[in-house]
Amino acid sequence: MAITVPLDVARIKKDFPILERTTHDHRLVYLDSANSSQKPRAVLEAMEHFIEHSYANIHRAVYEIAEEATAAYEGAREAMRRFLNAPSSREVIFTKNATEGINLVAYSWARHNLGEGDAILLTEMEHHANLVPWLVLREEKGVELRFLPITDDGQLDLADLDRLIDGVSLVGVAGISNVLGTINPVRMLADKAHEAGALILVDGAQYTPHMPTDVQALGCDFYAWTGHKMLGPSGIGGLWAREDLLDAMPAFLTGGEMIRDVRLDGWTPNELPWKFEAGTPPIVEAVGLGAAVEYLEGLGMDAVREHDVELTGYALRTLTERHGEKITIHGPSEPAARGGVISFVYENVHPHDLSQVLDQSGVCVRAGHHCAKPLMRRLQVGATARASVYVYNDEADVDALNEALDEADRLFAI
Amino acid sequence: MPGLEDLYREIILDHYRNPRNRGELPAPPAVRVEGFNPLCGDEVVVYLDVTDDGTVNDIRISGQGCSISQSSASMMSSAVKGKSADEVRALIRTFKAMMSIHEQRLDGSEEEEPIQPDGDVKLGDLEALQGVVKFPVRIKCATLSWNTLAQGLDEAAAEAPAG
Repeated sequence: MAITVPLDVARIKKDFPILERTTHDHRLVYLDSANSSQKPRAVLEAMEHFIEHSYANIHRAVYEIAEEATAAYEGAREAMRRFLNAPSSREVIFTKNATEGINLVAYSWARHNLGEGDAILLTEMEHHANLVPWLVLREEKGVELRFLPITDDGQLDLADLDRLIDGVSLVGVAGISNVLGTINPVRMLADKAHEAGALILVDGAQYTPHMPTDVQALGCDFYAWTGHKMLGPSGIGGLWAREDLLDAMPAFLTGGEMIRDVRLDGWTPNELPWKFEAGTPPIVEAVGLGAAVEYLEGLGMDAVREHDVELTGYALRTLTERHGEKITIHGPSEPAARGGVISFVYENVHPHDLSQVLDQSGVCVRAGHHCAKPLMRRLQVGATARASVYVYNDEADVDALNEALDEADRLFAI
Repeated sequence: MPGLEDLYREIILDHYRNPRNRGELPAPPAVRVEGFNPLCGDEVVVYLDVTDDGTVNDIRISGQGCSISQSSASMMSSAVKGKSADEVRALIRTFKAMMSIHEQRLDGSEEEEPIQPDGDVKLGDLEALQGVVKFPVRIKCATLSWNTLAQGLDEAAAEAPAG
């Protein structure tokens, strides 16, 4: 077992050019990484170097730079395979983002395997990305949707799990809730799903940037992830799925690249993974993602996770001590039970106003429903403010948040 | 860089803390219209009691949202009560012009000339919301209740007895 070296945040901050800028005459305190993370210089340089030296389309031409481009793109796939501990790079499909990865499962696997009489189990804390594709499927195919409720501490309520999971064909769950920060018991749910004869899809958008990810240890069948929340560029994400499942699934998006042969009377699909990558893919973005993976591997994901727990614990403690009953924090009270996401409501200050006032102090937090409106209804709030931390945040950033909250409190005091 | 004092004027905070015409009206006979801001989840419900000749006899506002959307709705409710439908529509146009919103034609193209505020229409307290224009993301907050009101007027007119 390797020894975990704690993150040197002061050094890490220097790797992120954007953190050198000011906003409203304050240093940038970026606490919105659960929304989208910032990018280290290594990612920018990898993309720039690729464009300046090796850019061409992939899997088409035979000249030298095209060979280099193909190798760079497929190298990024191998990096992602390693990062997810997937058995084979044939199982790593590049998509635009996690949303497209989940839609791939809904349109290809689900539409060809499920219909009336079949059921899917989701949870009340899902992001719209893991809700709307299934609501659409229910409208089109008459599939039944069931939902695991949540407890008042923001955990999945498993009391009725055996009854709810009985007879379902698919379980869909977020690895980490983007609102509550809850780390869900994926392995246990995977085992339960398989006992029930179902497959399990994990929305890993918030999980992979923050946790050592091992799709085999998680026991899942489908795993969707996105690059822009893990220091990579926007426009690239993906789906990992077991090879036997992908082999049996029909193509989703169709066109160039994803075919082996096209005749005027028909077509045959390409082999994995290209069967699911129609058209010219985000080549430069894949190269950037590969560099992001290497950057995170350099830090060590165990260290990233430890940093999250420590800083989230510091934030939970100081927010509560300083603002007392004025602040309501949603989600698990124990830092070890959550990722680096803290959603909260501040007395008398609407989250939008809060975010606006915080911005004046250079503090960026998200305000709104976080693409989880059913969860907002469950929490009986219209919106929350959400601060989220990552590798470049430290206690000084949390202190800046606390001070800016005092400012908002003063402004809106009755 | 605009400061917060441009956005959070005292009168706005006053309407946020003490919203006017807050509540509901029995519908029917009142018209009830909901407006949503999908971006932030804010919602406003406007209840309109419009007489047969189109006068806004009474108005109530419910829903939830930020200080800008709630104060705008509150000020709007005070401004339109007792006014004729034409006066209210002129006020809506003037307010949206202040928010730099150019009405779109049905085909999606913008009118060549931005709509001009009606010189006879006095915005009064509503002018305090002018600072919102410097914060473009918040313009939708300020106009949410006004768009909902316009929809309510249309529905009331459609339901009114012919002639």
